[in-house]
Amino acid sequence: MNKQEKIGGGVDSRMVLLYYLLVITGFIAVFSVEHRSGDSVLQTLIELKKSYAKQALFIGISSIAALFILLIDSKFFTTVANLLYFFGILLMLLTFVIGKDISGSRSWIALGGGFNLQPAELCKVFTALALAKYLSRQDVEFTTFRSHLIAISITLLPALLSVAQKETGLALVYFSFFLVMYREGLPSIYLILGFSVIVLFVTAIVMDMVPYSIMIGAIALIASYVLRKQIKRNFILLFLIVIAALCTTSFKYFVDHIVFDKIMKPYQAERVLSMFGKSYVPKDAERIAQFEKDKASGKKKDYTYNVKQSKIAIGSGGFLGKGFLKGVTTQGEFVPEQTTDFIFTAIGESFGFWGSALLLIIYFLLLMRIITIAERQRSTFSRVYAYSVASILFFHVFINICMTIGLMPVIGITLPLLSYGGSSIVTFTILIFILIRFDANRQMVLR
Amino acid sequence: MAVFNQSRQTTIQLIFAVVFVIILIRLMSLQLFTGKYEKLANEQAILRKVIYPGRGIIFDRKGKAILDNTTMYDLMVTPSQLKAAKIDTVTLCRILEIDTTEFNKRILASVIKNTRNRPSAFESLLSPEKYARINENLFRFQPAFFLQERPIRGYPYKAAAHILGYVGEVDSSMLKRSNFFYQMGDYAGRTGLENYYEKVLMGQRGIQYILRDNFNRPIGAYENGQFDTASVAGRHLNTYIDIEVQQLAEKLLTNKVGSVVAIEPKTGGIIAMASGPSFDPNELTGSDARKNFSRLFLDPASPMLNRGMQGMYPPGSTFKPLGGLVALDEGLITPSFGYGCYGNYGPCGRPKCTHAGGGHAANLKLAIANSCNSYFADVFRKAVDNPQYKNVELGINKWKQYMSGFGLGHRVGVDLPGEKGGFIPDSNWYNKIFRKGGWNSCTIASLGIGQGEMQATPLQMANAVCLIANKGWYYIPHFVKSIESETKEDTLLSKYRQKISPLHIPDSAYQAVIDGMEMVVTNGTARNARIDGYNVCAKTGTVENYFRGKKQQNHSFFIAFAPKENPRIAICVVVENAGYGATWAAPIASLLMEKFLNDSVAGPKRKAEIDRIAGVSIIPAKIKYERYVKDSIRQVKDSLLRIKLEREQQARIDSANTTMMYINEEPQRFPALPEKKRTIKTQTVFIADTRRYLVSPASKNTAA
Repeated sequence: MNKQEKIGGGVDSRMVLLYYLLVITGFIAVFSVEHRSGDSVLQTLIELKKSYAKQALFIGISSIAALFILLIDSKFFTTVANLLYFFGILLMLLTFVIGKDISGSRSWIALGGGFNLQPAELCKVFTALALAKYLSRQDVEFTTFRSHLIAISITLLPALLSVAQKETGLALVYFSFFLVMYREGLPSIYLILGFSVIVLFVTAIVMDMVPYSIMIGAIALIASYVLRKQIKRNFILLFLIVIAALCTTSFKYFVDHIVFDKIMKPYQAERVLSMFGKSYVPKDAERIAQFEKDKASGKKKDYTYNVKQSKIAIGSGGFLGKGFLKGVTTQGEFVPEQTTDFIFTAIGESFGFWGSALLLIIYFLLLMRIITIAERQRSTFSRVYAYSVASILFFHVFINICMTIGLMPVIGITLPLLSYGGSSIVTFTILIFILIRFDANRQMVLR
Repeated sequence: MAVFNQSRQTTIQLIFAVVFVIILIRLMSLQLFTGKYEKLANEQAILRKVIYPGRGIIFDRKGKAILDNTTMYDLMVTPSQLKAAKIDTVTLCRILEIDTTEFNKRILASVIKNTRNRPSAFESLLSPEKYARINENLFRFQPAFFLQERPIRGYPYKAAAHILGYVGEVDSSMLKRSNFFYQMGDYAGRTGLENYYEKVLMGQRGIQYILRDNFNRPIGAYENGQFDTASVAGRHLNTYIDIEVQQLAEKLLTNKVGSVVAIEPKTGGIIAMASGPSFDPNELTGSDARKNFSRLFLDPASPMLNRGMQGMYPPGSTFKPLGGLVALDEGLITPSFGYGCYGNYGPCGRPKCTHAGGGHAANLKLAIANSCNSYFADVFRKAVDNPQYKNVELGINKWKQYMSGFGLGHRVGVDLPGEKGGFIPDSNWYNKIFRKGGWNSCTIASLGIGQGEMQATPLQMANAVCLIANKGWYYIPHFVKSIESETKEDTLLSKYRQKISPLHIPDSAYQAVIDGMEMVVTNGTARNARIDGYNVCAKTGTVENYFRGKKQQNHSFFIAFAPKENPRIAICVVVENAGYGATWAAPIASLLMEKFLNDSVAGPKRKAEIDRIAGVSIIPAKIKYERYVKDSIRQVKDSLLRIKLEREQQARIDSANTTMMYINEEPQRFPALPEKKRTIKTQTVFIADTRRYLVSPASKNTAA
């Protein structure tokens, strides 16, 4: 247990290397967005005038945090896992009281000095630890429905709070824990069900009511024909098919009238629908009135502007890109939120396809490395935690890049280690370095 | 816990891999296979700004700038700044003479056109008064409003509209013709010298690529300006024009339809080319350019027509010196040849002659001086019936060759666009009209006195005078003496520097004709064209003309050159439908020649003459009639609109029986000429308030 004579002992150097590759890429990307010819770089860095200067500071803070984590005993994390989780939940609840409003969501706590903390970001680490703690308990058999329920509750509680904070994007990330639970034995049916719902949702968006109902009806008929022998034996089966058909048909209504008109905000609905080449037509009376008013006054905003500009920036990069600091879309500030959510566009425009592909490969190598690390852990705790890290990273990369290239609706999710922002970069640093810490003494069984 | 789920590691890795491959494929399609994004990015982020250099200046023969560049101002507005700054809208509206509705409309229009953050023109090309008043009060409207310079062409002498031409926005047909050298919104010379010397005057456009941001604000040069090209200023033109003579010519043509062309015989340089009615060229540059253009364009008197080179007339008696030259050259007559004229050309029964007997055509000199029709009809018949050419067909064709040598029947090639070539008939043409053999020299005898089918432009006649004055040679008439920093690549002027001597008529023949033309002034038809101190040679012309088969008042024609010994100016003056050549055209020519030769018109008597001629209005009856028709149509349209409004207003009153009647005196229908009404002011008829002319049937009956 006290094997660690030196700090670097057992640290996975490849992970550290990949981590710094990404962090430095991020700094270059943020720099290319904010730097204007004629600026004094040194002065900006000293006076912390621009985002890239602050980013450099965040990288420094993260490195110090990483060092601290490497110094802390692994057992500390297992011990305080649940405590941290509750602390995180508490912080999130606190935002409802002393929260600060930043771009429409009350999910920030002011730290002073112009820095803000987003507890929901930090809570990802705590949730990962808490889930690992729960699943590694000796009395937990992860085959019972009860254990499934508890595990899901642990992960979805912060998600619910995030939704309440109007940070839908962050909430989605918590669904990544299903991948972890799947690895730990969650029956495939959960994933298949989830996937079916997504497929059904997309179908409901793409198709109109009449062809959709006809299709469901046809599928029901075919199912009854295929299962005609079973139905003869058990008549309830036919009954179930009819109910399933009715449910899926009403799902279309649910999507059109409840999801888009009640749950989502108009701009969210518009963003989602525009992905499938549809435009949002509200059916709710109140919304129709507002919609018409905006249309008449010419105030109707183009919610697809971000994606259009993002695609223009990335698409115009071509194979080789326009070169560092030469992206006209970037220099002209055409892409909103370019240092944070849309940082990938800076890479795409300046460095083109080869740059984007290289970045994706780095991410992929990182993910593969984490899985390799996960599988070599002796304790369930560190394995679950490692898979959590991989899943969270994967979700972030997947959703963020897909939204910039128009494969996903615009959701406010950062690109790990690249996007500007202290909360994001520090969180991911903590997330990754705790894993590196666990891996450093992987022979130890942690609970 | 046991690691019984290890197979799921592969599944998760597979999920990761599949997602990354999907992203990569999407990136490939975006970055490698869809070309449109680069274009979109450049379109929105790079502004291609064309830098227009100042156009070249045109100078007259004395070095005065007669066409230069001045500055006018556009009032620009940035709508997004309107709210922040408290603008004194009321004052602004009062200065611009608009109401707030119009104000809001314009703001909305500029938002739609150029977005809120980009400045757009609120009112372009402010009139000098509005500019002065706005400039004074500009602090009240800043920063939302500001004034932007806009260089425009200026004509300081307010003259030579037809020669100088104007610049205008290029239209789509011009874009195509120029092979898209020009772009939408470019200005280019549309007529006159502006058009002919466009390549010289325009200079070289520069192009700047400017990076701009998402609010369309410029943020610097694209790629440090390595793709930019600098602009080169347009080059100046030095011309032969004497702007004061030109101004005087235009003044003398006031309220007349006609033209003046004056050429320097030694160089072919055109001193003046005026066309009446004329207009102030500044009208086509300022704030009301579009309005003025349509007014000028629709005027039945066609003020935009350059009659100096586009008006075609039978030259009438001014042709006679040329007819004499042909006969002398062919040896058919000698200067002492005489013809006994008794008021009529006997052999053919026509044409008639002004004089009868008294030996008024006893020799060539006298025949020219007295403008004997019979003499020149006879001389013409001698030429076409010359036994040398076997028959009249070959005779007329030979005669046409002579005419061609005199520069008639084809464009002379002046350096203005749109020149007309006139017309000289030949045997083919007559064969078509009269069938082969159905005509003889008698049929076409009127050609001998410049009537009949032949047509010439005043420019051609002035050029022919140059040829006579120079005794056999001329330079193609042109305006431009030299181009600033001319190089060998400037080929525009080369054809004007070659002496043309197409005919080889002996000097003695010219001398005889010139002597005759001198006598025209000393004791012939144009004694009023004399200029003290100079021997003037001239020839009058009174041109019969027809419109739709009806005979019109004669055109007043006059050609002249002076001094006889060392010709410095040759001139042709036409005043349409004005009567005898000696009545109007001769004094005009005389004044202009004096002005050119002496630099001024001497004596109060002569100055009074200028005012007398300028004050007379001679608008042909057909134009007056057309103006009347046009005004009537406009009046009726306007009245109908007013009546409609009236009816709508008085919907409750039973106005069904109301009829409309014009109490307008209708001028005599064309072509009957109003007798002795030549001094009628030709302003367009005012639109009458028709409500006064709305008469109910009852009152109409009582009136009857």
